[in-house]
Amino acid sequence: MVEEKRIALKNSGLINPESIDEYINAGGYTALKKALAEDVSKVVEELTAAGLRGRGGAGFPTSIKNKAAADFCSDCEKYIVCNADEGEPGTFKDRIIMETDPHILVEGMIIAAYGIGAGMGYVYIRGEYYTSISRIKKAIEQAYEKGFLGKNILSSGFNFDLEIKLGAGSYLCGEELTLLESLEGKRGYPRIKPPFPAEKGLWGKPTLINNVETLANFPAIILNGGQWYRSIGTEKTPGTKIFTISGDVNAPGFCEVPLGVKLGDLINDIAGGTTNGEPWKTALLGGAAGTFVPYSFANIEMDYDKLKAHGATLGSGAVIVIGSDKPLIPTLQNILKFFKHESCGKCVPCRLGTNYIYEQSLRLTNEKPQGRSLLLDDMIKQAQIMAKSSLCPLGQSPILPIESINTHFREQLLNE
Amino acid sequence: MDTQEILNKFKPTKDNLLPILHSLQDNNPQNYLTDEALRATAKHLNISLSSVYGVVGYYTMFSRKPRGKYVIRFCTSPVCSLMGSINVLDFFSQRLGIAIGETTSDGIFTLEESECLGRCSKAPAMMINKQHYVNLTPELIESIIQQLKNS
Ligand SMILES: Cc1cc2nc3c(=O)[nH]c(=O)nc-3n(C[C@H](O)[C@H](O)[C@H](O)COP(=O)(O)O)c2cc1C
Ligand code: SF4
Repeated sequence: MVEEKRIALKNSGLINPESIDEYINAGGYTALKKALAEDVSKVVEELTAAGLRGRGGAGFPTSIKNKAAADFCSDCEKYIVCNADEGEPGTFKDRIIMETDPHILVEGMIIAAYGIGAGMGYVYIRGEYYTSISRIKKAIEQAYEKGFLGKNILSSGFNFDLEIKLGAGSYLCGEELTLLESLEGKRGYPRIKPPFPAEKGLWGKPTLINNVETLANFPAIILNGGQWYRSIGTEKTPGTKIFTISGDVNAPGFCEVPLGVKLGDLINDIAGGTTNGEPWKTALLGGAAGTFVPYSFANIEMDYDKLKAHGATLGSGAVIVIGSDKPLIPTLQNILKFFKHESCGKCVPCRLGTNYIYEQSLRLTNEKPQGRSLLLDDMIKQAQIMAKSSLCPLGQSPILPIESINTHFREQLLNE
Repeated sequence: MDTQEILNKFKPTKDNLLPILHSLQDNNPQNYLTDEALRATAKHLNISLSSVYGVVGYYTMFSRKPRGKYVIRFCTSPVCSLMGSINVLDFFSQRLGIAIGETTSDGIFTLEESECLGRCSKAPAMMINKQHYVNLTPELIESIIQQLKNS
């Protein structure tokens, strides 16, 4: 039986999210006090010991990004940005953190800012997340009142201001460099990498960008030490992860569990098994920019590397379960429509390609197996071309769901 | 609040463009951005009108067309579709007598499709203005319509 282990969600559902006093009574802001009493280098040190990897989808080692931003220059203006644009279909973990325990994010951001020497931070929240926006707004106000934000925080000499900025309905703005464009008040067109944000980010200044869930782990890591964090989860991916499970299961919802959890256990123990009681047909892991996996993956341990070795992704932690009685083509079409809609149109391979593969997927419905076979091959070829020639990761993503569904479910797609 | 009052709440720096647009739209009873408001915004931020239009056109939450008092954002993303959102959306659309993207002639409802709203564990889901509604069925839609019409 899988049991939850809550770190980022430790207060979720247990305290009033609009009360800073309840957060403090639950041990809140003691990590900040501890961090401020120690040398700034300690933050990166603990993150390195912890082995925390970014929870926004890519799983990049958090300490490396933090160190790069910390080391880039010592006396220059720097920024920290929290990516709260959560738009990956099937994902709602950041919303749960912000709605149920906004202070854990605020505290995590102050600690991160101290570690890199940032004087200003932004939480970029997707515009539709009204409750998250109002909770974070309130948490920021309360943190100012208590002296956790502003000038000379807790008499440490460290100054840090924090503000909210809103997205306005663009999935692409969740991509970190595009997010910076949007923060600057522009259209969300991606920037070319390099330079990386740690060197040249917001307004050309060194910037650290981390996901909500990533930052929500900072207080516990500082408080209990990186070694403690590393003892949880798997060797390559320490810690816990929030999974959001949806689709044809009895108890859809969210949970925070140690990495390395088996997919089948997530679906059975946490989400109550499938609605029709039969083995599930597929789970789509990581949302639209994710991968379809078959039932035979039930025993694979979920961490970034183990899934990758099997051609799958962990991504944002979305687990979308499709039952044995459901067809797959409609979901594939839906995903491809999503990419078509969210393509910004800046580069030709993605602008034309997302349209083309969506149109081809629509033709699947009325074709016989032979025709479907040709269509699938063509879609894969196009998605491969896009993966090679598109300017940003969005155009490089459609290959993930298409290739994985084709690998595991080609027969089904031809005959359903 | 009139346009100028809203603009005066924001420092005239370009990074405030999106917050200003949100605020202007939220304060418009027809949930849209008027040309007059956009001209005033360009002037306030000292940027070109075309760059303001460019930003407005890029982001799906902004509208330059008048919309209903209630803007419905109906989620049709993978999870909601899997859980039957299309049937409920069809019912909604027939019941209001409008297609997606249209506004009812009495100016009360605008029906829009939306990408994932992050309510996947209670699919199908939608938002109406700032409120979200989950586990949607035709019966629930019927009662929401009645409730909003009477309010
Ligand atoms: C199209 C696209 C959308 C993305 N959306 C999000 C998002 O909504 N939230 C997020 O944290 N990361 C998102 N990412 C990943 C970010 O680019 C980036 O890797 C992340 O914010 C880094 O934070 P982390 O290291 O803490 O994970 C997206 C990436 C792409 C390509
Ligand atoms: S890959 Fe797609 S989303 Fe990215 S820049 Fe090109 S057109 Fe825009």
